[in-house]
Formats: sequence, C-alpha cells, structure tokens
Amino acid sequence: MKIEEREREKQTNKAMIMDYILLGATLIVAATILLIFPDRVDIVTTTSWAYFLEMMLILPAVMVVMGLFTVWVSKETVVKYLGKTSGIKGIFLAPLFGTLPTGPLYLAFPMASSLIKKGARISNIVIFLSAWACIKIPQEMVELQFLGPKFMVSRLVLTIIFVTIMGVFIERIIGWSDKKNSSRSTGGETGASI
Amino acid sequence: MNPTIIFINLFALGCLILAFTKDRAKTEQSVKVAVKTFFYILPPVLIIIIFIGLLLGVVPPGEISKVIGEQSGFSGVLFIALLGAILHIPAFMSFPLAGSLLKSGASISAVAAFITTLTMVGTATLPLEIKELGKKIALLRNGISFIIAIVIALIMGAIL
Repeated sequence: MKIEEREREKQTNKAMIMDYILLGATLIVAATILLIFPDRVDIVTTTSWAYFLEMMLILPAVMVVMGLFTVWVSKETVVKYLGKTSGIKGIFLAPLFGTLPTGPLYLAFPMASSLIKKGARISNIVIFLSAWACIKIPQEMVELQFLGPKFMVSRLVLTIIFVTIMGVFIERIIGWSDKKNSSRSTGGETGASI
Repeated sequence: MNPTIIFINLFALGCLILAFTKDRAKTEQSVKVAVKTFFYILPPVLIIIIFIGLLLGVVPPGEISKVIGEQSGFSGVLFIALLGAILHIPAFMSFPLAGSLLKSGASISAVAAFITTLTMVGTATLPLEIKELGKKIALLRNGISFIIAIVIALIMGAIL
C-alpha cells in the first residue's frame, strides 16, 4: 500500500513537470504569434488577464469544496452504499453518489468495476459513471461562473433526464443479450445483474 | 465583482464552516488537499487562459461563428461534438474555454455539445474503460452518450 502510494506520488510529480514544460511551450508559441501580429498584443493580454482574474476569484473556493468532498466522501463509502441500493431508490441515489466524489472519470472505472462484482444494477453503474463525468458540484460552480445560471441549470436537468434513460436502456440491452447467451446453459436467468 | 463569484465563495465558506464545526482534523486535511490540487491544476489553467486570449484576440470572430455558429447548423454541432469526444481537457478548464467560444460567436447548441461530449465521452480513456467494465458496457455508454450529447445540445439551442 505504502509503495503504491509513493509510486502514485512519483507519477503525479512527473505529470506536474510535464505540465510546466507544456506551459513554457505555450508561452513561447503565444509570444511568437504576438510577434507576428503586434497590433493584437493589447487585446490578447487584456482578455487573458480578465479570464485569469475570474479564475483566481473562484478557483480557491472550488478547490475548497472539492477538498471537503475528497476527504469526507471516500470511495469505499460510495461503493458500499451504491452496491447495496437497488430498484427505484438506486436510480435516484446513483447520480447523487456520482456528484459527490472528485477526480477524473478514469478513477471511477475501477469503482464501477467493483460495483459490478458486488452485484449492483447496470443502470445504476451507468448513471453513476455519467454523473461522475458531468455533474460534479465543484465542476458546476465553474460552469455557473462562465456560462451563466440558465445554461448550467438547463444542461444539468437535461443531462440527468437523458442519463437516467440511458442507464435503464443499457441495462435492458445487456440483460437481453445475456439472457440470449445464457438461456441454453442456465435456462434463462432473469434479472439485470451480471 | 459579479454576484456569481460572491455566491460561489459564500457557498464554499458555508461548507467550510459547517465542516469545521463537525470535524476539525478532517477539515484541515480537506484544506490541505485543496491547496495541493490548486497548484496541481494551475499550469493547465494558465495554458487554457493563454489559449483563450489568443482565440479571442487573434482569430476573427467571423471565422469561429462560420464553423460553429448559428449558420453552421447541424454540421457545426456534429463537428464540435466529435472534437469534444476526442479532446482530453479536464472539465474545470472546459467551461472557461466554452464560455469564450460562446462570446466569439459559437451557438448555444455547439457549446453545449462540446461540454457534454468532452465530459461524458472519453476516446482517450476508452481502452481503460473496456478493461474495467467490458466491451459491451463501455462501447454502449460512450456511443449513447455521444447521441445524448447532441440531443441535449439541440434542445438547449431551442430553449435558450
């Protein structure tokens, strides 16, 4: 466990160094472009500066909310509760659990995989993954700032509706194709879990 | 300072105070995580900010709206949805970028499609998703998510 953590730390540092190199390269490219278009220097710097200020005014707050979720809602808690819930309750809880933890989507794949092994419903897992991808609370704070409340709320509502439909739909397809495959061997077990 | 910025900061402050009254040690740990993550995402944030400056300052607005503006219609939405599915930009950075596209003449549908595919469809992470969840779930989820993103985008273009 310790070794694994140290290894992860090492990789994080490597990624950070890469990011700074990339930032340096971006600065060089930007400077070159501005040398070619000297009359654009003013507008480019004022635009970037305005976005920088906006980011700096909200990012610390967004990071604090994210930090709180990271420490308070552990992966184990999410897997434990989501693995147990089923039926309609699960459909309502899955997006909720997806919104709470933080981190990129690829962190959610191993969690989803262990949920499948625990017998959670496919629909819940798909809804959970999608919620994880696009309806995080800290993430929505940034969307609110840069795209406005109308845009954020309508996209949020539409996403929840369609993601739920998708979850149920994928569960049906998988259940149906599994049944077709297993009907010869086990006599067609019903139920959606793998 | 606009009201959204004040709201976001008050919300964070409220959460922080609530957490502090519940568990001091956990809250301190959370703040540590927050500071660490802040510096971790700073370079990509700066890269996006520089990119936005160049995009709005150097590229003529007419060019952007020609490709993904109202007049580009469905093909513009489809184009940027594909771009969002392929690109691998963290969500935090995609919103300011999307906002700047909207300012420079992109349509609401195009911007909504971009954000939704960017977050929900992951071409770069697809191999990992297949490994963890199996081919069937991974391909279905990404494929249907792409279609959903376009449907959401078109509805948003119609209602906003």
